[in-house]
Amino acid sequence: MIAHSHQIPSWITTHSRVLDLGCGDGKLLAQLVKSHHIDALGLELDPVKIATCLDQGLSVIQQDLNRGLSNFNDQQFDTVIMTQTLQAIRRPDLALSEMLRVGREAIVTFPNFAYISNRIQLGLAGHMPVNPQLPNPWYNTPNIHLSTFRDFEELCQRLSIRILDRDTSNLSGKRTWLGTVWPNLFGEVAVYRLTKES
Amino acid sequence: MTGSVGVVTPQLIPFETPLDLERGGRLPRYDLMVETYGTLNTQKSNAVLVCHALSGDHHAAGYHGSEDTKPGWWDSYIGPGKAIDTDLFFVVSLNNLGGCSGSTGPLSMNPETGKAYGPDFPEVTVLDWIHSQARLADYFGIEQFAAIAGGSLGGMQALQWSITYPSRVKSAAIIAAAPRLTAQNIAFNEVARQAIMRDPNFFEGNYADHEVIPASGLGLARMVGHITYLSDVSMGKKFGRRLPRDDRDAEGVNFAVEQYLRYQGEQFSGRFDANTYILMTRALDYFDPTNTESMPLPNVLKSTKCQFLVLSFTTDWRFSPSRSEEIVDALIQAGKPVSYSRLESTHGHDAFLIPDATYERIFKAFMDRVYRDLGGDE
Repeated sequence: MIAHSHQIPSWITTHSRVLDLGCGDGKLLAQLVKSHHIDALGLELDPVKIATCLDQGLSVIQQDLNRGLSNFNDQQFDTVIMTQTLQAIRRPDLALSEMLRVGREAIVTFPNFAYISNRIQLGLAGHMPVNPQLPNPWYNTPNIHLSTFRDFEELCQRLSIRILDRDTSNLSGKRTWLGTVWPNLFGEVAVYRLTKES
Repeated sequence: MTGSVGVVTPQLIPFETPLDLERGGRLPRYDLMVETYGTLNTQKSNAVLVCHALSGDHHAAGYHGSEDTKPGWWDSYIGPGKAIDTDLFFVVSLNNLGGCSGSTGPLSMNPETGKAYGPDFPEVTVLDWIHSQARLADYFGIEQFAAIAGGSLGGMQALQWSITYPSRVKSAAIIAAAPRLTAQNIAFNEVARQAIMRDPNFFEGNYADHEVIPASGLGLARMVGHITYLSDVSMGKKFGRRLPRDDRDAEGVNFAVEQYLRYQGEQFSGRFDANTYILMTRALDYFDPTNTESMPLPNVLKSTKCQFLVLSFTTDWRFSPSRSEEIVDALIQAGKPVSYSRLESTHGHDAFLIPDATYERIFKAFMDRVYRDLGGDE
């Protein structure tokens, strides 16, 4: 389990409308409801996790993110969050565009494939990396679209997405000084705050 | 630990104020057959209204005596420690107007003629049921229901409540339902009605005058309906291509499934009234919350003030998950708080009645939150 970046709450406005794509057990949303009194909605595929969300008083909808967000209105949310899920969906580019259609801002986190230990495993040992950040072997991993800080920023440029903030953390959600200085090499988790180029 | 509400006794509650009906009729007075489970708190804030489906009635939980082996239709989800926890909630369950289980319906005496209404019972709609249920709430002194819950046609009533009486509903659980019927849904109901009407014993609904019942037609209607409640998977599991059982009448029957359907049909025609069946299927056909307002569903739902839980079942083809998702999407469009799950089940439409751990878990999580949100009660 990868912890949520400590940075996310500071990017949320009090009483704003927040949609969390792949909200899991609802930990982040529940925390934001408490700290920022947000109007929260989660999307999740697993009914058992949906029940855990309901336990915490959250509203949550069982929906496959690969189906898109066509059932949501333009700019219906202030912030759309997707943590550690972008790499697991079929079309990350379409997902990013949809997030910024239904939301004014988007917060995205994903594992940085250029993280040093991945580079060592792939570059020196010649294996697809298997480690706490990417725990599954290549043949049954949900992470089908791995990317790096650099790749992601190129995609943002192509989609006319403006990067408002960029941060990096380790798997416990903490910032490290090395990761801050050389994110593409030492950042385990990439954390971005985005908006549509006006 | 979950338990049973035990032995319950229905009560007949009279309403002497006339009720004007949506489709033009009028009931000068009426009775509602009602069961309640649990205790109404002093603030009268913990009431849950349970609405029944097409052939259901007021007997939703518990038993009608110590010898009774068959509990109420939603006993898996109503009781101490269950999803609708009777240790927390006061549950009200009624037989709807037009029914044949004690509430005023085609079997009741028409005060104008002194004999049973029969086919002359006025057409009733979901909206009429909602109004009669609101009067039932008044009778108990319930200003606002903590929740209104139901499956299938019962879920449609919960949806209509949220629209018609927004300030009288805190939450709605809409299970295995649809925002309105499709042509295919209406077609199945019409086949059922035709089966009844073409029975030589129907006598245009005046079968009571001839001291007969259209048992064959009503049985056939039930057989058709029953197929739509099951799934190909569940029928395959239960019967497959097996041969009939020896311990039941197998005359002219080639497969176990035929025998089962005939048995279901016979049982049903012995307990249900044909005029009620026609009336209930019509109420289902006409249900459309956008009709009265003549605007799209998201606009109609704008006035709602409650929390919604919508549940569907993967193998339900009578009201498939996509029909429930129409409700969910309309609520999202309207910006209303809604939770939704598409539950795995092999049981088809009937899944809403059948015990299932995940269904129970989600339904209970929602209802427990409803209770917590009452705040400060007991």
